[in-house]
Amino acid sequence: MGIVEAILLTVITAATPLVIAALGELVTERSGVLNLGVEGMMIIGAVCAFVATQQTGSPYIGIIAGTVSGALFSLLFGFLTLTLVANQVATGLALTILGLGVSGMIGEPYSGQSGAKLPQIVFPFLSDIPYLGPLLFKQDLIFYLSIVLIFAVNWFLFKTRTGLMLRSVGDSHSSAHALGINVIRTRYLAVLFGGACAGLAGAQFSLVYTPQWTENMSAGRGWIALALVVFASWRPWRVVIGGYLFGAVSISQLHAQAFGIGIPSQFLSALPYLATVAVLIVISHNRRTTLINTPASLGKSFVPDR
Amino acid sequence: MRIELEKRPKVSVLFSIFSPFIALALTLIAGAIMFFLLGKDPGYALYSFFIEPLTEVWSLHELAIKAGPLILIAVGLSVCYRSNNWNIGAEGQFIMGAIAGSILPVVFYEWQSPLVLPLMLLLGMLGGALFAGIPAFLKAHLNTNEILTSLMLVYVAQLFLDWLVRGPWRNPGGLNFPETRTFAADAILPEMVASGRAHWGFAFAIIAAVLIWLMMRFTLKGFEITVLGQSERAGRFAGFSSRKMIWFSMLLSGALAGLAGISEVSGAIQQLRPVISPGYGFTAIIVAFLGRLNPLGIVASGLVLALTYLGGEAAQLSLGVSDKVTRVFQGLLLFFVLSCDTLIHYKIRMVWADLTDTVKDGGAN
Repeated sequence: MGIVEAILLTVITAATPLVIAALGELVTERSGVLNLGVEGMMIIGAVCAFVATQQTGSPYIGIIAGTVSGALFSLLFGFLTLTLVANQVATGLALTILGLGVSGMIGEPYSGQSGAKLPQIVFPFLSDIPYLGPLLFKQDLIFYLSIVLIFAVNWFLFKTRTGLMLRSVGDSHSSAHALGINVIRTRYLAVLFGGACAGLAGAQFSLVYTPQWTENMSAGRGWIALALVVFASWRPWRVVIGGYLFGAVSISQLHAQAFGIGIPSQFLSALPYLATVAVLIVISHNRRTTLINTPASLGKSFVPDR
Repeated sequence: MRIELEKRPKVSVLFSIFSPFIALALTLIAGAIMFFLLGKDPGYALYSFFIEPLTEVWSLHELAIKAGPLILIAVGLSVCYRSNNWNIGAEGQFIMGAIAGSILPVVFYEWQSPLVLPLMLLLGMLGGALFAGIPAFLKAHLNTNEILTSLMLVYVAQLFLDWLVRGPWRNPGGLNFPETRTFAADAILPEMVASGRAHWGFAFAIIAAVLIWLMMRFTLKGFEITVLGQSERAGRFAGFSSRKMIWFSMLLSGALAGLAGISEVSGAIQQLRPVISPGYGFTAIIVAFLGRLNPLGIVASGLVLALTYLGGEAAQLSLGVSDKVTRVFQGLLLFFVLSCDTLIHYKIRMVWADLTDTVKDGGAN
């Protein structure tokens, strides 16, 4: 395998969790809910996936554990913001703080253990295609899931009636309510989906990216996923492009360190964060296009009139 | 079963006073359950977490040392949050304040003068304010979301500090440890009272809380903050500028976080290290909400959250549970605070399955 392919493979590994988490958050935000707790749900997913894998020996059970735990954790956010109409920004932060704490506690006995890496699933024949084969058809299950997710989310949001209803809830919850759509239930489901995706992305960290548990291993990537949704102006395909761009940035930083370019490693490590800021500036400086793209009810609580 | 909210005709005064206490009580109950599940005696665990640290003089000093930065940062954040500016990067502003203030004792260490300390404090505030100025500028003039930018800059500040203490600012006589030279006597924030370690940072926090409380209560600026926070449109009609408010609240909270940073470094650590904060900037967000965004309430809640740090250390020693328990307690507390705040504006009713609602729901789908 050539060096280019090797680098592209690492880019894909770095981009996959970002794409998954950002797609989940995109659906949540399209329903009008801003869940800033992605980082917390991700880290819970990472720790539960790792612990389940260590306990059962099967990384596939780990994937399920990560996804389910992320979804359950997001339910806490849903209950506070949807049922008790608490402030979404503050509750999202609470979710992140709690997630970092709980994951640290659950994972402590497991830190330092080396885990089982999620095995590759090789598609016969297809994986022999030069260049593309090893990149696209010799990957782990989570990568394939991310690809399915891209098409599924796009199809669901823009080609199905339920997707249309979800978007209408995000754009004007009172009109949607007047039309007889159950706003709260729609939002609960969207939040759950976002949580499941964040949990799955977390599972990728502890099963594929670095198969072990270290505290705070998500290292702000939940926040980068949030930024990706803004970057993508709430469109699934742009999330994919953005996710792979960010994957490339964070990988180029690792390779630059390996080649010993004379820049201090801390500056290179800061690159993904600075890139996020730069991208946010470019995307949002035009107030009007931002307004057009943002779901109009984003971040606003809804209490049905009775 | 379903939970229904009914808007109160008037904000409930009773609950706006008691909601933080209900939240604390619920956190204690949840904590007791958690300790029970971990196989510890809940009563003894809560005692050693929340009471034991208060029984000795030295630990009261530790409480003041930890409460100082929490209160200072949270008071600044309360102004931001009240005006609807979501600065969540106080951790980074804390670090940059500490770095800016340390220029004198680390780079110009030969200069000894009584002026060193006041200048350090000023530089600390300046460093924090400038760093908060970045998300402020981006939000006010380029319409960029301040939540994400201020948070991203936390990581940048942490890495910058890491580079400084391992690289150019490393103590030349320090056996290659990643730390700067220790500060000279002139650069150290003195202790408040002779009985222990607590330094003047705690006094700064109390002074800042009182000043901001007076500002919110008695000045036009305080009114402007509240109006713009509740309705930007109403604020515009009153002639207030939301752009100026972004700058004001962010710079103020950045300066206070910077002051907290340099006070911590100069008073408690007395040199720079790769990590100088156990997450004060994030915990201060909880402090601000538990204090109901009221500066005097924040003084009380800052002491409570400082206690969770001490309790975590104590519980690690006496119970053998992980100090991660602290973070769990802090997260739980914020959750309960936010849910109890609902009681201020709404009555909560449990609705057991009833026929008319089922019909209505059925019709909706």
